[in-house]
Amino acid sequence: METPKVSRSGLGRLPFSLHSQGVASGVRGGAQGAAAGRPDYDLLVIGGGSGGLACAKEAAQLGKKVAVVDYVEPSPQGTRWGLGGTCVNVGCIPKKLMHHAALLGGMIQDAPYYGWEVPQQVPHDWRKMAEAVQNYVKSLNWGHRVQLQERKVSYFNMKASFVDEHVVRGVAKGGKETLLSAKHIVIATGGRPKYPTHIEGAVEHGITSDDIFWLKESPGKTLVVGASYVALECAGFLTGLGLDTTVMMRSIPLRGFDQQMSALVTDYMASHGTRFLKGCTPLRVKRLPDNQLQVTWKDTASGREDMDTFNTVLWAIGRVPETRNLNLEKAGVNTNPESQKILVDAQEATSVPHIYAIGDTAEGRPELTPTAILAGRLLAQRLCGQSSDLMDYDNVPTTVFTPLEYGCVGLSEEAAVARHGKEHVEVYHAYYKPLEFTVAERDASQCYIKMVCLQKPPKPVLGLHFLGPNAGEVTQGFALGIKCGASYAQVMRTVGIHPTCAEEVTKLRISKRSGLDPTVTGC
Amino acid sequence: PGRARSDTEALAHPPPPPPPSRAPKSAGPVKVGAVPNRRLGGVHSEPMATLPGRRARLSSPGTSRLSSEAREELRRRLQGLIEDNRVMIFSKSYCPHSTRVKELFSSLGVEYNILELDQIDDGANVQEVLSEITNQKTVPNIFVNKVHMGGCDRTFQAHQSGLLQKLLQKESTYDYDLIVIGGGSGGLACAQEAAILGKKVMVLDFVVPSPQGTSWGLGGTCVNVGCIPKKLMHQAALLGQALKDSRKFGWEYNQQVKHNWEIMTEAIQNHIGSLNWSYGLSLREKSVAYVNSYGEFVERHKIKATNRKGQETYYTAAKFVIATGARPRYLGIQGDKEYCITSDDLFSLPYCPGKTLVVGASYVALECAGFLAGVGLDVTVMVRSILLRGFDQEMAEKVGSYMEQHGVKFLRKFIPVMVQQLEKGSPGKLKVVAKSTEGPETIEGVYNTVLLAVGREPSTRKIGLEKIGVKISEKSGKILVNDIEQTNVPHVYAVGDVLEGKLELTPVAIQAGKLLARRLFGGHSEKCNYINVPTTVFTPLEYGCCGLSEEKAIEIHKKENLEVYHTLFWPLEWTVAGRDNNTCYAKIICNKVDNNRVIGFHILGPNAGEVTQGFAAAMKCGLTKQLLDGTIGIHPTCGEVFTTLEITKSSGLDITQKGC
Repeated sequence: METPKVSRSGLGRLPFSLHSQGVASGVRGGAQGAAAGRPDYDLLVIGGGSGGLACAKEAAQLGKKVAVVDYVEPSPQGTRWGLGGTCVNVGCIPKKLMHHAALLGGMIQDAPYYGWEVPQQVPHDWRKMAEAVQNYVKSLNWGHRVQLQERKVSYFNMKASFVDEHVVRGVAKGGKETLLSAKHIVIATGGRPKYPTHIEGAVEHGITSDDIFWLKESPGKTLVVGASYVALECAGFLTGLGLDTTVMMRSIPLRGFDQQMSALVTDYMASHGTRFLKGCTPLRVKRLPDNQLQVTWKDTASGREDMDTFNTVLWAIGRVPETRNLNLEKAGVNTNPESQKILVDAQEATSVPHIYAIGDTAEGRPELTPTAILAGRLLAQRLCGQSSDLMDYDNVPTTVFTPLEYGCVGLSEEAAVARHGKEHVEVYHAYYKPLEFTVAERDASQCYIKMVCLQKPPKPVLGLHFLGPNAGEVTQGFALGIKCGASYAQVMRTVGIHPTCAEEVTKLRISKRSGLDPTVTGC
Repeated sequence: PGRARSDTEALAHPPPPPPPSRAPKSAGPVKVGAVPNRRLGGVHSEPMATLPGRRARLSSPGTSRLSSEAREELRRRLQGLIEDNRVMIFSKSYCPHSTRVKELFSSLGVEYNILELDQIDDGANVQEVLSEITNQKTVPNIFVNKVHMGGCDRTFQAHQSGLLQKLLQKESTYDYDLIVIGGGSGGLACAQEAAILGKKVMVLDFVVPSPQGTSWGLGGTCVNVGCIPKKLMHQAALLGQALKDSRKFGWEYNQQVKHNWEIMTEAIQNHIGSLNWSYGLSLREKSVAYVNSYGEFVERHKIKATNRKGQETYYTAAKFVIATGARPRYLGIQGDKEYCITSDDLFSLPYCPGKTLVVGASYVALECAGFLAGVGLDVTVMVRSILLRGFDQEMAEKVGSYMEQHGVKFLRKFIPVMVQQLEKGSPGKLKVVAKSTEGPETIEGVYNTVLLAVGREPSTRKIGLEKIGVKISEKSGKILVNDIEQTNVPHVYAVGDVLEGKLELTPVAIQAGKLLARRLFGGHSEKCNYINVPTTVFTPLEYGCCGLSEEKAIEIHKKENLEVYHTLFWPLEWTVAGRDNNTCYAKIICNKVDNNRVIGFHILGPNAGEVTQGFAAAMKCGLTKQLLDGTIGIHPTCGEVFTTLEITKSSGLDITQKGC
């Protein structure tokens, strides 16, 4: 059994030895090679999402023989999509585009203040938006296919499962089976939305984020169940597009994120028309004769039951990794029985040294596209002996694209306090007003920034939290600063760019401990 | 003279120790005396200063035959030392009498300043001028609270009689600790900080109306005729683009959307009005005296304030900060002041400017041209030579070509020679005659409005600087200061756009003003750092940058030591909107011989300002290419493009975008 041992100098034994010339010249991906003791591929990637494709392309670029097996199991509602995984098809990309559509709605409302003579009521056409978004996504699917071809990566649109630790069975749509063998296998099958199967009518009548972006018709009055970022983002853009939207959450919003920020995120949404049913859990979903969905729920505190009707019920209560149909036990790959995620080490290796897992299927990894991409690329580089760099999962920045965007990097205030003790943590914060809000007479009550630092000089920055327009753009650069070990003083010494929202980060003078009013006044 | 030198001097000396909290006075004498670190009995020396031009003067041979001009200059400087120091001792380092006097003041716990005449090159001249002032030829020669004490014996007598203590107790006789001339970003920041530190502060602010008669309230250029209204009009233009995009995103309205200039301008002016008011309030809250009068020096420590009605009032202060900023320049051609407007007028123009000619290629010119075109006007930019001088020229050209693709016309290599009014009105009609910079060709055009954006003149020539001898650059009119924003007159400082060789940016002025106040009154020593200052040009496609332009980087570090990484990118929001692919551009310049440190950061794209800010913070912390590569992107944003830069410019590889 070969383990990729990569020395610091990168000159260690290359895990891919001489082989694979003249393999499988006839039948693409036939497993004859395996039978002859020679694998078909240097690297087989299961899952054509962000991480898998990045890993495959990188390895191919470095001269390896690579195959990608990808298959999208239709959602319970029958939605399916092309190559590229969650991010491209049912995640970041359509989400941000629909978020942008909602922001444009806000801009249309701002425009009259800036002199544009816009009609009073501007309706939104879901079909038109969805078609534009879907067309763009399809163009990306196509682009991914082309890129694989260009780099001579074999692509199989098949459902994969392990036969043994070197052989994977692929089953095509028509049921045709192909055996593929590889020296190294990367599992990058991602995750899919969870259904609350115990709730009557949930699967039959509910949709998830797998479906919402592919709806041809407007979802109409929508109940979003869940408090994850997926739930809040979807509820946010639906509200922004003018739909009657309700979010039902059992406990806290954005678990794992800074809770002060999370509360501000939902406050902003509530003040912009999203209805929140907090502390409630759904009991059943029934389709009424007029095709509407009647949802009954329980207020967990009072025990009282209530009901309302909706056109659409969207479950956004979490995601489950796509590991159950992989026959991992045949290969001896261990998973966490609770999360069903694959256990990995710092090299991304599973319990079987030549089998790796990256992205949303791997235990303990952030479920984010750019981390999967970088992890995939670094893995390929290590496998090809190009580098020994490990993926650094610390200080990964992210942004929640709720109507008021929330960008963060590093520790939440709670995590900082838990790790270092309240007395050792200094939090600098400010409520600010984006310049563009002034003329448009927008409410900026939730535009807020906080920087979590260690109190001991030089006060290294532990976390940065930014709530406001363009939070993603603002956060990116500061994430680097934190990576470089920025101290509070260094951030304060950075000259601002005027007038921007980001400059407020460089002017955070008020500490929480001081108890002073953190509202920014003047310029 | 002297800027380059003062920089090297600043490097040669370690940063001075923080002075005691109430100490900072004039920064001149210790430096002049060349006796750094010579501290007696716990008395702190002053922060060292490097005054432009001073070293040259002092190192001239110490002959006693001074020109009358030099003598006057020296007299003024000595007068400054006497006025600015509670106790001023002119001494010689080996003189036992001097030592006794120093010991006396030390034992009294009184701070003093010393000029050791034997340790400076022109000591003999100093002694000569001193004897003219005091009729005393010998050292030590001692002044207490501006009163000539005499020598060693007289000082000890005064100590015994109690006169010395009385003199020391005497409060400052000035009306204010600090008078700030100019109520813009830098001036207000400095004044407020000084007030927070417990000082008695006055701000004089007066807006001389533009030739078109435009004037405004408190807050300076940024708030009234700069950043704020500019960004808001830019936002109006962006909203116009958003309206076009929104149809592609499913928002439905068919009618052609018109823009109403008056509504926009009124809304913006209302916001500015509220800012003017809040500045006034903020000054009141901090007990800063605000006087809406024109300030002019009449004596070293006295200023004349003239209000709108022409009434004159005089105020004195121990220290002054000049923060009078700058105003748009005119061309000096026929018809320019009569018929043309500038950025001073545009933002409050009560009528839509209509078809507009923008003259100039500064960022002001391009920003104005950009938003005017963005709100639907016919706009032409007349450019003498290059766009955005001083900025990275590759980026500048891309800024220009985006504008050109979006309807702004450019007339390159022409300068206007005459502006003539064809019709009066709001707007009227103007005929502009321009000539080629390369040949005899002349062209004519008819416009409703001609906006001049050909640079800015510092407001330094009519504030009495010559009366107190503050040096300005003859050519630029800007004020020469050392690295602690001090002019050649030790108690007079300057911040913001009036400074020679510094950046004309609001946040820089604010930072400089705040830090100056803290150094003057707060016992701090931190200087304003003018390096790696980020900025953003709010053209239709925004351009953000920090650090060096490619040209400057090559000039400083040599091309072979640099690696430039770059890429074109397509913002996700533009894809569905069907907007220009392969237009947005990102570039970093790395110094290969310094661990691939990022020394230049450039981005052309939406929200460039928001993107650039954080990277500027990272550059403060020593950003390298490796750190960029190791940082996770935020998906999907524009900023993430910097975490995946792979293609070097030197490779010549294709940077156009295909997939995701």
